[in-house]
Amino acid sequence: MSTFLQQLVNGLSVGSIYALIALGYTMVYGTLGLINFAHGEVFMIGCYIGLYAAFWLGYETLSAASFSPMSATLVLLLAMAGAAIVGMLIERFAYRPLRGAPRLAPLITAIGVSLLLQNIAVLAFSANPRSFPSIITEHRLEFAGVTITNIKIFIFAVSILLMLALEFFVKKTWTGRAMRAISVNLPAAKLMGVPADRVISLTFAIGSALAAAGGILFGLDQTKLEPLMGNMIGLKAFIAAVLGGIGNIRGAAIGGLLIGIAELMTAGYISSDYRDAITFVILIVILLVRPQGLLGVVRQEKV
Amino acid sequence: MTRFSAARRFLLLSSMSLALVAASGCKPKAGADGEGSGAQSGALVIGAYLSLTGSKADFGIKTQQGALLAIDEANAAGGVGGRPVKLVILDDQGTADEAGNAVTRLIDVENASAILGEVSSSLSLVGGRIAQRRGIPMVSPSSTNTQVTEIGNFVFRTCFIDPFQGEVMATFAKEKQGFTRIAVIKDVRNDYSIGLAKAFIETFTKNGGTIVAEESYNEGDTDFSAQLTKIKALEAQALFVPGYYTEVGNLAKNSRRLGLNIPLLGGDGWESPKLREIGGNDIVGSFYSNHFAPDNANEKSSAFIATYSKRWNEPPTALATLGYDATALIIDAMRRAKGEPTPAAIRDALEATKAFPAVTGAVTFDANRNPVKPAVVLKVTADGDKFVAEIQPAGAAPAAPAAPAAPAAPAAPAAPASGAAAAPAGSGSGAAK
Repeated sequence: MSTFLQQLVNGLSVGSIYALIALGYTMVYGTLGLINFAHGEVFMIGCYIGLYAAFWLGYETLSAASFSPMSATLVLLLAMAGAAIVGMLIERFAYRPLRGAPRLAPLITAIGVSLLLQNIAVLAFSANPRSFPSIITEHRLEFAGVTITNIKIFIFAVSILLMLALEFFVKKTWTGRAMRAISVNLPAAKLMGVPADRVISLTFAIGSALAAAGGILFGLDQTKLEPLMGNMIGLKAFIAAVLGGIGNIRGAAIGGLLIGIAELMTAGYISSDYRDAITFVILIVILLVRPQGLLGVVRQEKV
Repeated sequence: MTRFSAARRFLLLSSMSLALVAASGCKPKAGADGEGSGAQSGALVIGAYLSLTGSKADFGIKTQQGALLAIDEANAAGGVGGRPVKLVILDDQGTADEAGNAVTRLIDVENASAILGEVSSSLSLVGGRIAQRRGIPMVSPSSTNTQVTEIGNFVFRTCFIDPFQGEVMATFAKEKQGFTRIAVIKDVRNDYSIGLAKAFIETFTKNGGTIVAEESYNEGDTDFSAQLTKIKALEAQALFVPGYYTEVGNLAKNSRRLGLNIPLLGGDGWESPKLREIGGNDIVGSFYSNHFAPDNANEKSSAFIATYSKRWNEPPTALATLGYDATALIIDAMRRAKGEPTPAAIRDALEATKAFPAVTGAVTFDANRNPVKPAVVLKVTADGDKFVAEIQPAGAAPAAPAAPAAPAAPAAPAAPASGAAAAPAGSGSGAAK
C-alpha cells in the first residue's frame, strides 16, 4: 500500500510539471489554433535562465545551504520573465508574419523554431549536462511509509497556485476576456476593438512564463539540465494538453497529472520499458475515442 | 559559382582517384595504397571519430587528449619510418548517423590508414562495420561491448570486455562487499548497458546472489522514482547501474530522495567529473569498475601520468589513458607493419601484437581481437574517485598469449544475435531524439 501511495506521489510530482507546460500549449492553441512545438524549448531555456540567475545572485558552491528564500523566488521570477520575452520574440518573428497563412505553415515553422532553439542552446550552453543549483535546501519527510521531499510539496503547491491564478486571469480580467474572444473568432474580436496582436503576444508571454516555472521546479527536483531536455517533456506535455482537451485550461492541468500518474504506475506495476510508450498509447486512444479530449467541447469547423 | 567549383572539384577528385586505382591496380585498398605511394614523404593519417560535442562530450574530449599526446610522442621519436603521423579527428556528436558519416569521410577524404574510435559501443558498432567493409583497421580505445570486435578481423580494442567487467563487479559485490540481494537498472537503448547488465546478472546469480529486480530506463530520462520505489520495497542491498555518467548522478539523487540509501555499483561509463557535479553527495560511497586508477600506479603509468598532467594540466582519466594506449598501439603496429604501412599490413601487425606495453596493462589479443587485462574498482568519495581493488581476469595472466584466452572466445559469441540486430535501431532512435 505504501508503495502504491509512493508511486502516486511520484506521479503527481512528475505530472504537475507536465501540467504547467501543457498550459502553454493549450493557451496558444486556444487563441490561435496553433500548436507551438517550440514550447518544450522555452521550458528548457527557462531552466537555463534560472541556472544563470542563481549564479548571478551569488550562488557559488553547488551545495550551499544559505541561499535565501528571497533569492530563490527571484530566480523563479527572473526565469519566468526571461522565458516570457523569449516566447514573445518567437511569436513576433516566427508566427505573426504567418498569421494569414494556411495552418500547415505555422506548424512547420514551429518545428523549425524548436530545432533552432535546441541548436542555439547546444552552442550557448554546450551539450554537456549541467547541474541545477539547489537553491532550496532539501528536506525529507515521511508519512505512513511514503517519503516526500519539501521540494515535491513545493512543486505541487506552486503548480496549483499558478494554475488557479491563470484560471482567475482568463475568467475574471478584461485581458482574459479578450483572449477568450480571440479564441472564439479572431476577426470579430478585432472588429470589437480587441488589440489582437498585443493579446496574442501576452498569451505567449504567459504560457512561456509558466513553462519557465515548470523548468525551475523541474531543475530543483531533477538537478540535471541539458539542451535537449525540452524534447520529450514537451511532447508529453503536449499529449497531456490533448488528453485534457486542447484549448481547455483545466483540461491541461488534469491531463498533465493523469499522464504523470499513468507513467509512474506503468513503470511501477507493469514494466519500466513501457513508461514512455503508455503516454503515446493514451494519445492514440484519446484521438480514436474522444478526439476533443476529456474536457474539450466539439467545435463546429468552419469551412 | 560555388556550385560550379564544387562540380569541378568533384570531377577532379573522381578522376584523380580513378588514376590512383589504375596505378595501384589493387581493388579494395586502392585509395590508401595509392595515397601512400603517391606521397611517399607525406604524413601517415590516423583518423579518429569521437564525440567532442553532445551529451557524452566528456568521453571524446578525454580520449582526444590522450591520443594527441601519443601522436606528439611518436613524432618526437621520428614518426613511422621517417614519416610523421597525423591525427585527423572528426566530431560525431555522439550520434550514430554522424559516426557513420565521420568514418566514411575519414576513409574517403582524409585517406586514413587506420581508424581510432569510438568510446560508446553503439557508435563503435556503426563505425566498425564501415571500417571492416572498407578494409581499414579500427582500434576502439574503450568500447567494451563484445559485439564490437565480432564485426570482423579489422576491428580491435584496447580495453577489457563487458562479460569481464560485469564479472568483476559481481565478484566485488559478492566477495568483497558481501551483498546477496542486488537490483539492476539498465539503459534499454544502450548496447553497453544491456551487455554489462547481462554479464553482471549471470555471474552474480551463479555465485549464489539474488537479483531482486531488473528495471530499465532510457537515455535522457531524468525521473527514476517509479523504478526506485519498486526497488525500495524489495529491500535490495545495492543497485547495479551499468549506465553513463549522464544519468547515474541523477539516479543517485532520485534514490536518496526516496530514502533508498544503498550504494550504487557501475562500470567504466561512470567516469567523469560530471558524475559528482550532478550526483553531489548522493553518489558518494558508490563503486564502479574501470580500466585504470591513477592512484594505483606502477612505474610505466606514473611516467605517463606525469607527462599527461604536464601537457593537459589535469590528471589522466581512464578514457584518456585508453585513448593514449590505442593510439600508441596503432603507431606501434604501423612501425611493425611489413613493407609499406598499408591498412592491410597495419591490420596484420595489430593482430600479431604481443605484450604491447600499454599504460593500462600489457596488450595481447585473443582470437576475437580483445586484450586480456585486469580491471580496477574505484570508490566515489567527496574528493575524487579512490582505488579500492584490482581484479585479474580469471585463469589468465595479462601477458598470457592466445591459448588461455580461448575460453573467453565462446563467451563472446554467446551475446544474442537479436542484440546485434537491435543495436543500430536503438542507437538510431537515440540519435533521432
